[in-house]
Amino acid sequence: MKKDIILAGVGGQGILSIAACIGLAALEESLFLKQAEVHGMSQRGGAVQSNLRLSSDPVASDLIPAGKADLIIAVEPMESLRYLPMLDHSGWIITSINPFINITDYPEMEQLMKEIWKLPRYITLDANSMAKDCGNIKAANMVVLGAATPFLGLEYSSIESAVKKLFNNKGDEIIELNLKAVQMGREHALKQM
Amino acid sequence: MQKLLLLGDEAIAQAAIDGGISGIYAYPGTPSTEIMEYVQASKTAKENNIRALWSANEKTAMESALGMSYAGKRAMVCMKHVGLNVAADAFVNAAITGANGGLVIVAADDPSMHSSQNEQDSRFYGKFALIPMLEPSNQQEAYDMTRYAFELSERMRIPVLLRITTRLAHSRTGVECSDPEKQNELKLPDNLRQFVLLPAIARKQYRELLGKQTQMEAASAESGYNRIIAGSDKNLGIIACGLSFNYLLENYTNGKLEHPVLKIGQYPLPLDLVNELYESCEEILVLEDGYPVIEELLRGMLNKGKKIKGRLDGTLPRDGELNPVIVGFALGKKHLQGSVVPDLVKNRPPKLCDGCAHNDAFLALNEALASYGRGRVFSDIGCYTLSALEPLEAINSCVDMGASITMAIGAADAGLVPAVAAIGDSTFTHSGMTGLLDAVNNNSPITVIILDNSTTGMTGGQTSSAFGKIDNIVRGLGVSEEHIKVLKPLHKYHDENVAIIKEELEYQGVSVLIPRRECIQTLNRRMRQKAMAKTMNI
Repeated sequence: MKKDIILAGVGGQGILSIAACIGLAALEESLFLKQAEVHGMSQRGGAVQSNLRLSSDPVASDLIPAGKADLIIAVEPMESLRYLPMLDHSGWIITSINPFINITDYPEMEQLMKEIWKLPRYITLDANSMAKDCGNIKAANMVVLGAATPFLGLEYSSIESAVKKLFNNKGDEIIELNLKAVQMGREHALKQM
Repeated sequence: MQKLLLLGDEAIAQAAIDGGISGIYAYPGTPSTEIMEYVQASKTAKENNIRALWSANEKTAMESALGMSYAGKRAMVCMKHVGLNVAADAFVNAAITGANGGLVIVAADDPSMHSSQNEQDSRFYGKFALIPMLEPSNQQEAYDMTRYAFELSERMRIPVLLRITTRLAHSRTGVECSDPEKQNELKLPDNLRQFVLLPAIARKQYRELLGKQTQMEAASAESGYNRIIAGSDKNLGIIACGLSFNYLLENYTNGKLEHPVLKIGQYPLPLDLVNELYESCEEILVLEDGYPVIEELLRGMLNKGKKIKGRLDGTLPRDGELNPVIVGFALGKKHLQGSVVPDLVKNRPPKLCDGCAHNDAFLALNEALASYGRGRVFSDIGCYTLSALEPLEAINSCVDMGASITMAIGAADAGLVPAVAAIGDSTFTHSGMTGLLDAVNNNSPITVIILDNSTTGMTGGQTSSAFGKIDNIVRGLGVSEEHIKVLKPLHKYHDENVAIIKEELEYQGVSVLIPRRECIQTLNRRMRQKAMAKTMNI
């Protein structure tokens, strides 16, 4: 088993929480993993990404070789396209369609969606609305994680227990909300696949 | 033993705790910050009374750690690569004094300059100071080497440098820990003159250091961190330092290498191993995630030996970090590429946060300076450096910690009046105070703006040594009371702030303006924690 995953978003959008969940789930299944994060300067509203590598064999490089990623998980639609050179030709993109506009030359939404629809394999979702339906828009990253779960090669129960661990000190209500968000994203993806 | 999921930085911190340190000293700097943060958050460290506070700068951190070593206890000091420039005086001389308790210096290099102003390679410093150096290839080695480094430091009575790079520092993986050690007892050096570097003593100590080089090289040969891995195709031999070994492995399925490889993790280099590889192969490829340190030595000035491939002959790019694809190209392998990035994807550079106080401060400064024209604001290193970019375009320099004030002095001496210095609170106590003293003694016509957001912001909001002390420091350095003014950097006070800045720009001496408002990130974090505490209580 080997899954090379690029997580993409804008600093502060919570891609590291997605990475942490997948990482914890992979540990639960005794897989090897390496996860390269971006800290420091680019966290201030800049484009951020994380390389997450899961494998049943030891992982050598902390970085995924270009063209070898199995999955791009993005919490922002323009960011989902930034790492296309990293994606294998048979890879999937899972992305939220909610734009984070903090630059003046952000592309037209219609054009942006057309670029995504050109791709052979993608899941798009309105993560913000779905998170709101769950009770808090802040859970949008967990909705995106949920949509990625059918592609991770991990047991869904491992993901659930990872979510519980990650939000352990935030109380039962928050845990339930996030579990619901993950479930909702997953159901959406299963329908769209 | 259970595996912990740790960043490279965290693996080093855990190893330092397990290795029985009594104290850790550091100034925040990407990618080294998380080492100290991990110790600060560790229960074990608290229970064992391990001292873990931020220092004013890397030099004070290095010296404090040396003091702990003098007293016989184990100490770690951490910094980013350019921090080692600041600590260099203490660092190089600590090699001459030698250590008593184990002393390990961690320098985190940043090839590709993800969050830095250069990509200098700290291995030059290790060689310069003539001390042993370790360079892990992965997080497990980072843990193991840290444990070994303390042992080596005490055995050889010498500080040891641990050199890491961004990818290792900020990448997370499972790390197995080994049994913890107890802290050392207080124990003075056997020779109470060991640390007195008077010329007569220093000459003796230096000769001792030179005499230890053979022992250090022997340690590099014996530790197992340098080893030759056999390969059948001897047309090429490969020297892989630190992290680059992983990128090499990534190019072969199942970890089966086709060429002989010398994996390097400890310096000074064991010459026998280098010679063995050199003699058995036709050409040599050197992989270094940093400067071509070994490659240059191997080529020599005249480059008349075997063909040496690497960063100097164009086989690898001359700058930037390595990755599996770059290393693959050097091996003659073809790589897949995904699709191209569509044109409509625009750059998203980092910027000041919404609601950041720096934004209001620079809007006021820009307006106050409008009549003088652009190009007279010297600045420094921190979040506020982002104000060089659009839309503010407010500053004209960022060189090294503290350089804003001193560069403004020189520019004013040259006739650029008024000259402005914009520096953050933490940067001011790091290296700005002495510059301000120069300005006062010089009666320079400069306006110093100390942007006080009450934290070390860029690295994630660590405690600032300047907190609550700036006004008194400025007063104490001799800036006259009527030219020290605290501003409220908020939109509603914009006009008032512009007027104050204008007035001080006209003053022909040193003015210090202090726009003071808490960092929006630390403020939000505090509010969240408060709210959380409240719900928990209910």
